[in-house]
Amino acid sequence: MQDLNLCATEKRGLHKLEAGKNLIGWDEVVQGSVLTSFEGDASSVAHLKQEERDYSHFNSYTATVASWRVKKPVFNIDVCIDCQNCWVWCPDSSIISRDKQMLGIDYDHCKGCEVCVEVCPTNPKSLLMFSEQEDLENALSQWPEKKKKEKK
Amino acid sequence: MAEKFDLQEREVWDGNYAASQAMRQAKVDVMAAYPITPSTPIVENYGAYVANGYIDGEFVMVESEHAAMSACVGASAAGGRVATATSSQGFALMVEVLYQASGMRLPIVLNVVNRALASPLNVRGDHADMYLGLDAGWIQFGAFNAQEAYDLALCAFKIGENHDVRLPVMVHQDGFITSHTAQNVYPLTDKVAYSFVGDIDPVDDMLDFSRPVTYGAQTEEDWHFEHKAKQHKAIIDSVPVIEEVFSEFEKISGRKYKRVESYMMEDAEVAIVALGTTVETSRVAAMKMREQGIKAGVVAPRVFRPFPFNLIREALENVKSVAVLDRSSPGGAMGALFNEISAALYTTPKRPLVTNYIYGLGGRDFAVQDAIDIYHDQKANADVGHITTDIQQFSGLRGPKLGFFQTKRS
Repeated sequence: MQDLNLCATEKRGLHKLEAGKNLIGWDEVVQGSVLTSFEGDASSVAHLKQEERDYSHFNSYTATVASWRVKKPVFNIDVCIDCQNCWVWCPDSSIISRDKQMLGIDYDHCKGCEVCVEVCPTNPKSLLMFSEQEDLENALSQWPEKKKKEKK
Repeated sequence: MAEKFDLQEREVWDGNYAASQAMRQAKVDVMAAYPITPSTPIVENYGAYVANGYIDGEFVMVESEHAAMSACVGASAAGGRVATATSSQGFALMVEVLYQASGMRLPIVLNVVNRALASPLNVRGDHADMYLGLDAGWIQFGAFNAQEAYDLALCAFKIGENHDVRLPVMVHQDGFITSHTAQNVYPLTDKVAYSFVGDIDPVDDMLDFSRPVTYGAQTEEDWHFEHKAKQHKAIIDSVPVIEEVFSEFEKISGRKYKRVESYMMEDAEVAIVALGTTVETSRVAAMKMREQGIKAGVVAPRVFRPFPFNLIREALENVKSVAVLDRSSPGGAMGALFNEISAALYTTPKRPLVTNYIYGLGGRDFAVQDAIDIYHDQKANADVGHITTDIQQFSGLRGPKLGFFQTKRS
């Protein structure tokens, strides 16, 4: 089936805070909550893919906001036509697309806003919202049939 | 560029013009403002200097004071030298963004021309807006006249932009009394003033594309406390920088500024603590009291934030009775300045008697005679050794006397 963790690199989550570990004191925090995006010089990162970039450990890319989500979007590769509509509209850049091919959803940064589902033009939709606890295979097996046009 | 701005050795300026001249000489890059009485001429003049080519700056048109300070935050984060001015309701609308600016450690300079807060609507000066911003995490200076409004505005740039400080700075002056009264002001030449302030050297500027940064990140309970602790320490630790800049300014101008301005306090028995133009009124009253043989003095915090706790203690610990004058309606409490001064005095062994006077709200005149009456009250307290009146009184209010928190009299 689909591999939805394509974008997770080894570096991701490396500096995630664990209780009692890695905690620094008030005197060591970055002045003015200014976070640097990349390690070292970043003048040539624009053409790099996310997983190739040298993110600083302050960057929000290394932190997860998955806990904000109540429902998650599930992506069905069999229905998708790679129109990139969801990729364009996603407010959190959480749709992973490479070479104009949809690969899946970055569940570390998706906040479950449902915009991707709303803009998906296929019939049936190739992205649908499911409960956070629903596992992937179960969700795909419940996918609706193609809707017939209603006669007027 | 237009031709050089002609300055005489001695100019006749009001407080607003003086503050705008400081902005011109510091070559402010960006100003975003939504002009409000009585601070309007400051931004108006800046616009004129830009339009006439005296400086290379940008005046940003905005739709409210909230947007004005927001634009200033953006411009300062981008790495520019930023200043603006406001008063009263405009200041109140800015307050939310003031906390953003100090939390992001952006050295913005804000000229506040103090004015009453509505309602009732009033354009005259009192300190209601100043008191509103005391916890905003900004360094705050008080200018008692036009000359000081000019001098402190120049110092504000140098202090705020210092890499050890990196905090926004407010310079307060009294609405209309300072801002619209023309006085003799001795300006520095453009060259001397600019070499004093120096070029801005921004830290973490957003226009540095080789090192992108995020400003004002979300921290929740994980890191907010730590950031606030560091910010508070930064303000407290700005004291040596403030003193260094003041002494540097003394060298080029001959005018000496201290964090607490004491007047005839060496042997004083009774004292008034006040802010703004009231300080000069009280000094005249103190002089007259001395002629009557009453040892009177005036203590005025020049720097409200960081609050000069130790200096206030030193200045007042040998005084017998102190009157703290608050020019803002306390809203069901003691005046804010009273609270701070009495907190400082409570930790001294002798603990002088302290009373609170609310005066001059909405621009009500505070005359020398009012200060003299207050000194006489204090003298009576000092003689009997306890407070003889209500602890909080309204001075200059029409109608029967108004006072609160009676003292027990045996």
